[in-house]
Amino acid sequence: MKYLSLLYLLICAACQFGATSRAYAHGFAGARFFPATLSTDDPFVSDELSLPTVSTIRTPENGGTRETDISVDISKRITPEFAIGIGDTFTALNPHEGPAVNGFGNLELSGKYQLLKNGVHEAIVSIGLGVEVGGTGGRSVGADSFSTWTPGIFFGKGFGDLPTELAFLKPFALTGQIGIAIPTSASTRSVTVDAQTGERETEIEWHPDVIEWGFALEYSVIYLQSQVKDIGLRAPFDRLIPLVEFAFESPVNRGAQGQTTGTINPGIIWAGKYFQLGVEAVVPINERTGNNVGVIAQLHFFIDDLFPHSLGRPLFGGNK
Amino acid sequence: MKRIILVFILVVLADSARLEAHAFLKDAEPSVGSTVQTSPNEVRIRFTENIEPALSSIQILDASGKEVDKRDVHLDRSDHALLHVSLPRLGAGTYKVVWHVVSVDTHVTSGSFTFTVSR
Repeated sequence: MKYLSLLYLLICAACQFGATSRAYAHGFAGARFFPATLSTDDPFVSDELSLPTVSTIRTPENGGTRETDISVDISKRITPEFAIGIGDTFTALNPHEGPAVNGFGNLELSGKYQLLKNGVHEAIVSIGLGVEVGGTGGRSVGADSFSTWTPGIFFGKGFGDLPTELAFLKPFALTGQIGIAIPTSASTRSVTVDAQTGERETEIEWHPDVIEWGFALEYSVIYLQSQVKDIGLRAPFDRLIPLVEFAFESPVNRGAQGQTTGTINPGIIWAGKYFQLGVEAVVPINERTGNNVGVIAQLHFFIDDLFPHSLGRPLFGGNK
Repeated sequence: MKRIILVFILVVLADSARLEAHAFLKDAEPSVGSTVQTSPNEVRIRFTENIEPALSSIQILDASGKEVDKRDVHLDRSDHALLHVSLPRLGAGTYKVVWHVVSVDTHVTSGSFTFTVSR
């Protein structure tokens, strides 16, 4: 125990020592600040905490089920370009008929490496790997007994390098991701016994590989007023970033090809010094996804700004 | 374990007691994207955080990219989030202001904007 205390103090000392170097950190590429998006993953690595993200929507399952999710995600930079993350979701399901159930989903782990950051062109590219750890969540809320691995690529691009004639388009930015979710089990076999006849019935549920893709188109009032034209907006309106997110899932095999589901989420983010608030409508793209509009909201903390000399710094390699 | 938690809390509290953040441009004079009638004597940029002047810069460039300011960037005496740079008399034209600042907690931000002198 004494050595653990010593180790922790050494890590803190290393962080403090590293504080003499300069820090860029969360979501910046040149003059562009990319906010953390709610429905698609960020293209940058950072020290950040989403607590909580709350969403609610009525899904088509069991004649209509109100699904409410409350999740937490934390990301920590190990080096300036590499971060790891952990998250979990508490789900409450209220079906139109039948009893309500709730519980935690599977634990989600992630690693992300920032391959490219170009300040002049306001561009960021990262690669990452997410793992949903099977068997760590409640079966009653649909947590899988098997793990799913999701390698992916993430990008962000600001439009600040557009010509002067298109100055009012410069505050636009696009971020996005594409990955493939690969379950470690192709199918789940379940056997039921008819209580009256005693016959055994075997059901097979297939788990296809799924391409997860999405993007966010955002317009930064922060960028507009500091880079293009001060139109006189003051707090709190000068920190707004209206956006539309598009989040889709497209199965590619095991009989589910072409059955894309997804949502289009228009909303707004307010980005402050130490945290941001975001809220979006969740609009299903087809009947397979659902027929009702939901909502998602998030409180997101910038750990690197809250604790710039300790928790908010990479563990190794200083800052840049 | 209690000692670890106690040390952790103390470090975090000590760190959060000196909160600073990324420095965004708050306002500028001449203002971002504005047109002024006559040459301003200086450019002033106020940021959302206090600035480390030794690691910060402002450059004023003319249409050909030549630096035209007097290279005397300095922090305001009473407002440590406000940087000044002096200008000679500027002719009519559009000028680009390029800034690069380090806030006192070492976070780096940068940006640019233009203003136009009409005569």
